[in-house]
Amino acid sequence: MAGPYSEKVMDHFMHPRNVGELPDANGIGQVGNPVCGDIMKMYIKVKDNIITDVKFQTFGCGAAIATSSMATELIKGKTLEEALKLTNKAVAEALDGLPKVKMHCSVLAEEAVQAAIDDYLKKTTGKGLPGFKPHEEPLEEHEH
Amino acid sequence: MDAKRIYLDHAATTPAHPDVVKAMQPYFSDIYGNPSSIHSFGQEAKAALESAREKVVVLINARPDEIVFTSGGTESDNFALTGIVYANEKKGDHIITSKIEHHAVTECADFLAKRGFNVTYLPVDKYGMVDPMDVKKAITDKTVLVSIMHANNEIGTIEPLADIIKIVKEKGVFFHTDAVQTFGHLPIDVNKIKADLLSLSGHKFYGPKGVGALYIRKGTRIVPFLRGGAQESNRRASTENVPGIVGMGAACMIAQAEMATAALRETALRDKLIRGIMEKIPEVTLNGHPTARLPNNVNIAIKYVEGESILLNLDMMGIAASSGSACTSGSLDPSHVLLAIGVPHALAHGSLRMTLGRQTTVSDIDRTIEVLPPIVEKLRAMSPLKKGGK
Ligand code: FES
Repeated sequence: MAGPYSEKVMDHFMHPRNVGELPDANGIGQVGNPVCGDIMKMYIKVKDNIITDVKFQTFGCGAAIATSSMATELIKGKTLEEALKLTNKAVAEALDGLPKVKMHCSVLAEEAVQAAIDDYLKKTTGKGLPGFKPHEEPLEEHEH
Repeated sequence: MDAKRIYLDHAATTPAHPDVVKAMQPYFSDIYGNPSSIHSFGQEAKAALESAREKVVVLINARPDEIVFTSGGTESDNFALTGIVYANEKKGDHIITSKIEHHAVTECADFLAKRGFNVTYLPVDKYGMVDPMDVKKAITDKTVLVSIMHANNEIGTIEPLADIIKIVKEKGVFFHTDAVQTFGHLPIDVNKIKADLLSLSGHKFYGPKGVGALYIRKGTRIVPFLRGGAQESNRRASTENVPGIVGMGAACMIAQAEMATAALRETALRDKLIRGIMEKIPEVTLNGHPTARLPNNVNIAIKYVEGESILLNLDMMGIAASSGSACTSGSLDPSHVLLAIGVPHALAHGSLRMTLGRQTTVSDIDRTIEVLPPIVEKLRAMSPLKKGGK
């Protein structure tokens, strides 16, 4: 199929890396995409300032799933500082690009990483990531 | 991947019937005259045009001079709305429509609203039904047009048109219906239901794309949609799309012959698919009315998953469907139809539409019922909305 997505996106979408929950995570971030209502949750395990393990869960489109998957690969084994430098553009580029209307989906991945680190810092230092303001979760209540 | 692909998106478009293609063939380069020309080349084309017109009217019990050929459903809807309101500006400035119309109606109504017309968008119940009493309450002495679709393209709900039109006609107001999803699929009698205008589209019932028609009851004043020629009795300028119109005429003949059996067959397949999904996948609900429903429409809300990811997975398995999700369309709001029937945002994102057709077989349905549950399970396992991922 020659759909709207690159082969790499489809590969990460069909075979996402690092999916699921991380029981011994010490940083968990959840962000909602204010544009479309999709949701991404990122779990990280940090040891000696290094992200030793990472997992994600995503409710979202193909691009959202693929960018979460790629983001986990890009931050695994990295220091917190390195992980914080991850931009949505870098994630999209690592996937050989995204359709223009899907760029906003990659923002979710960038912010989920930041939210997880923010949570980790709050838990360990009592202070979150300076200047970190995740997008609000969408207003609608999701029924569970 | 399976060699055979399964097409479950007939509400988007249908394949042209082989007889339709055959009927069109001569009209590209053998019988190519302009129907407006007086020479024999033109008159041959003109004859074909008029013969197609007669085939269209049979399906709705109209008269040939009440049919204007257009480029399709969108143009027919735009023509009906703008044509009627501009022809009746002295009578009033109020339009009534519903919240679940096709964008060809709602965006046209929005356009008119910005130009000073008043538009009432009627709500619908949880099945997507318009309440005829709401229509009655909304009509004022300034109302010139009520436009309610015959059946909804997303959720398949069939509107109680006869009851609605009865009220509208008592008030002496024009009534238009977008019958793009029903023409050629369900019986329609414009004289029985008393519609004044009706939109139809060729490619939704095995005719070609790029051609449709607007039925306009005799005596209805309407402003032409295209100017610059006397075609279609001065109501729609532009040289007629003769091959397309001939093809649509042929599709009408086929529909006339096959409609009743096709509807029965598709209804059985539809219900089998709905039942199969409900049995195999927990936490799914049917969108739209359970019985007052297009014979070929299945629309289900699947909790905790998003539509585009289901579609992509289905496509990888060779099954083509559609979704109520924003993420597929490039626009980001979930379907206005699903929101209007009260489906919560997240659930509207996880809605899946499968529309069957003449070529859909029992084994296609079986395969879909087999393929879908593991896809949903896989996506739910990675959804943060689903606790425990189960
Ligand atoms: S994240 Fe919602 S459309 Fe991609």
